[in-house]
Amino acid sequence: MTMLLTIAVIVLVFVVIFQIAKASEYVSLLKGEEASRQQNNKINGFLMVAFLVLGLIGVWYCNEVLFDKTLLAQESASVEGERVDSMLWLTLAVTGVVFIGTQIVLFWFAYKYQEDKNRKVYFFSHSNTLEAIWTIIPAIALTVLVVIGLRNWFLFTGEPPKSAMVVEITGKQFGWIFRYPGKDGAFGKKYYKNIDPASNTLGLLWDDKLGQDDLVTEQTMYVVKGKPVKLIIGSRDVIHDVGLTHFRLKMDAVPGIPTTIWFTPKFTTAEMKEKTGNPNFQYEISCDQMCGNGHYSMKGVVEVVSQEDYDLWIAKQSPYYFAAFPEKDPAAKSSAAGDSSKTAKPAESKTVAKM
Amino acid sequence: MSNEAVLHAHSDVATHDAHGDHSHEHHHHETFITKYVFSQDHKMIAKQFLITGMVWAVLGGLMSVLFRLQLGYPDATFPWLESILGKWAKGGHITPEAYYALVTTHGTVLVFFVLTAGLSGTFANFLIPLQIGARDMASPFMNMLSYWFFFAASIVMLSSMFVETGPFSGGWTAYPPLSALGDASPGSKTGMDLWIVSMALFVVSSLLGGLNYIATVLNMRTKGMSMTRLPLTIWALFFTAVLGVLSFPVLLSGFILLIFDRNFGTSFYLSDIFVNGVGALPNEGGSAILFQHLFWFLGHPEVYIILLPAMGMVSEILSVNSRKPIFGYMAMVGSLFAIAILAFLVWAHHMFVTGLNPFLGSVFVLLTLLIAVPSAIKVFNWLTTLWRGNIRFTPGMLFAIGFVSLFISGGLTGIWLGNSALDIHLHDSYFVVAHFHIVMGVASMFGMFAGIYHWFPKMYGRYMNNTLAYMHFWITIAGAYLIFWPMHYQGLAGMPRRYYDFSIWESFKQFQDLNRFISLVAMIVFAAQFFFLFNFFYSIFKGRKLTNLNPWEANTLEWTTPIHPGHGNWVGEIPEVHRWAYDYGKDGKDFIQQTTPVGADESHH
Repeated sequence: MTMLLTIAVIVLVFVVIFQIAKASEYVSLLKGEEASRQQNNKINGFLMVAFLVLGLIGVWYCNEVLFDKTLLAQESASVEGERVDSMLWLTLAVTGVVFIGTQIVLFWFAYKYQEDKNRKVYFFSHSNTLEAIWTIIPAIALTVLVVIGLRNWFLFTGEPPKSAMVVEITGKQFGWIFRYPGKDGAFGKKYYKNIDPASNTLGLLWDDKLGQDDLVTEQTMYVVKGKPVKLIIGSRDVIHDVGLTHFRLKMDAVPGIPTTIWFTPKFTTAEMKEKTGNPNFQYEISCDQMCGNGHYSMKGVVEVVSQEDYDLWIAKQSPYYFAAFPEKDPAAKSSAAGDSSKTAKPAESKTVAKM
Repeated sequence: MSNEAVLHAHSDVATHDAHGDHSHEHHHHETFITKYVFSQDHKMIAKQFLITGMVWAVLGGLMSVLFRLQLGYPDATFPWLESILGKWAKGGHITPEAYYALVTTHGTVLVFFVLTAGLSGTFANFLIPLQIGARDMASPFMNMLSYWFFFAASIVMLSSMFVETGPFSGGWTAYPPLSALGDASPGSKTGMDLWIVSMALFVVSSLLGGLNYIATVLNMRTKGMSMTRLPLTIWALFFTAVLGVLSFPVLLSGFILLIFDRNFGTSFYLSDIFVNGVGALPNEGGSAILFQHLFWFLGHPEVYIILLPAMGMVSEILSVNSRKPIFGYMAMVGSLFAIAILAFLVWAHHMFVTGLNPFLGSVFVLLTLLIAVPSAIKVFNWLTTLWRGNIRFTPGMLFAIGFVSLFISGGLTGIWLGNSALDIHLHDSYFVVAHFHIVMGVASMFGMFAGIYHWFPKMYGRYMNNTLAYMHFWITIAGAYLIFWPMHYQGLAGMPRRYYDFSIWESFKQFQDLNRFISLVAMIVFAAQFFFLFNFFYSIFKGRKLTNLNPWEANTLEWTTPIHPGHGNWVGEIPEVHRWAYDYGKDGKDFIQQTTPVGADESHH
């Protein structure tokens, strides 16, 4: 009923507006084309300036309201991200000046040069000087931005420092699996046809000694404050993307083609809770590449901790190998000890279809 | 005389021209079917493209209203939604499946059906013969086929809305493996088959149209119409057609490989995949990234296929209504050319974070930011065109000015995203949504509106209502900024695109109020489009009649045709052209049409 009423009201308003519009057309016919055009010009010329002024106020107001809700108000949580931020501010300055300048000129000219019977237009068809100026100046400005950008780009995508720890992160519909190389510092081989959702989520080859001490967890990734971390990114099914917005970077997870990215966390999660004043703060991993109907819920967490806390945490983990073969676990108690997440049994624990 | 020869095969206009004084309409009996349905008259085909495009714009716009409803009011239920969408909105709440299907279809439809077919299909068809002085396209029959392939594509796309597993829902870019695996997403089952078929038909339509446009512009210009005397609209439409002809086949090849992967067990794009609930797939050795290269090799030129016609029309409309020549005609042509070339060399800037070789990425950064140079030239030339003009704010002119404003706003954020070291932070966030909606979506819509308002009198021999048009303009431009400007901030908070719900995210849930505001404005702006739609259809039948051949006092050839030009456009001989299209305000004369011979005492420009 309210629905019908709303529609009725909208239609009514529309009819009224239409009648007014129709009437104004008759009036303008009576007044003559010239006169009505002049009137329209006056109104629209005024609206041009009004739009400019209100628009610029709006830009300011929008910034006032929203600035604190963005990462612009927060320091980058990674060392490398600082470069993103400084570059972002420079780009903002350059484009901001151009934006404000050109918009003012555009709407001001529109207002200023609205039709006036007494004005003789200036027949100005080209000027090589002017055109050279606005080819060269943007070209120079852009060269500066490109040079800065590429220096940063090669740093972000280059090799991390030798001291970096390595974590493998694998996306799947709809969650993340992490693997740590274990004591030997090397990952064991894996093959996707060995994947068993119940006991071998990554398809590790158990014969490979290097893999027998690998740690596998889900949901939360632990990294160390101040220590560069290199992510080896992969996907088990469709394309995902490791979005680390607080660290200012992201990289796709592509099935069959490993990708990498590295960064150095600056603050522990606890420190960020204080800095942001948000007790629920989390470094979230958002999937940033459309990956299916659960895309919006594909969340992971990065827990940045101090080296001591990391050592404590890692000591509690037992290799994934023992989860698959509990009888071989020297700790012999129960393979379910430690982090519960590593034996996570999500909805996928159906039997694997024989292909 | 090639014009006449080509047309001769299809109508008897040419022979009448030889006799001169007859109006061909006396003898040329057309049935309803040949005049309005299977018409070979470029003007009718243009109208068919336009109206089909408008139907899709309404549908696509409505889809965005529906998914904005979810984003703005994630906790509310709307029982009426269930009556419209059935199981896709159980309990009055749009499901994630439906949300993603809406987002995907909105993107596909707006990009291809509205802003490609509806925009360049309409205006290339309408303006090319009229502005170059030709009786019709090089092949009117191919032209007709072009429309009907588009129509078939439309029907197939529409039918995909009604299949049980839902329409395709993997984003308009259709990246495999998601788009290849029905088990990974229900929308990738039958819905995706129909989507590919529809797109394949669309590619055929684009190619038939594009080849025709190119052939017509190159071969069928009237006497005296050298390439450098062409109005900028024609240059823009010409480059658009070239882009389309060179890039759409690549997209089609990408789709064909996708069809093979989907249906015939090949592994072009598939490797190392384990699908939940199904198990490991046998495919090995494919590359999911290959599709992205093929897709964006069209996908990026596509952005310019959308934008160039708008640029061309805006150049023309700005000049006409400033009563002043376009500033820097050759620079405008040159920058269109530069954009057309660079459009082919920047596709991988959509793929900076796919693990692309960083060196390759750096090359694409350089080439991408190079595009800012011709774009800057265009903007400054438009501004200079306004300078010391005598501006008439016709509705077309308002939308042209709006286009420039939006093109600046959206173009500048391209400088952010084209720089890979910033893209690595902003990629696939709402910043991108804001960027491309402003610069490509809304700006091109503005170009399209400008074109419609400006050439409506030529299309239908009547005026549209100015008051409604002014309201339409001011609500739309204000609304467009209110919707998309704040999205930059959401992007700067890292908020990802294509999220159905943000409530579980500690980093992104602070924008609930803003999302509600944006949704509200989106609905208002959508409603305001009915001012336009109503105005358009009402004016076709009841608008004020044109009494004057040249209502805007413009120079170009289309305004020398009769108020209701028949098939063949000019009665009698096609006029000869003696000058460029932009002699406004020259030697104290308000305007000098292209058909006016150069006077002995005329100054040179």
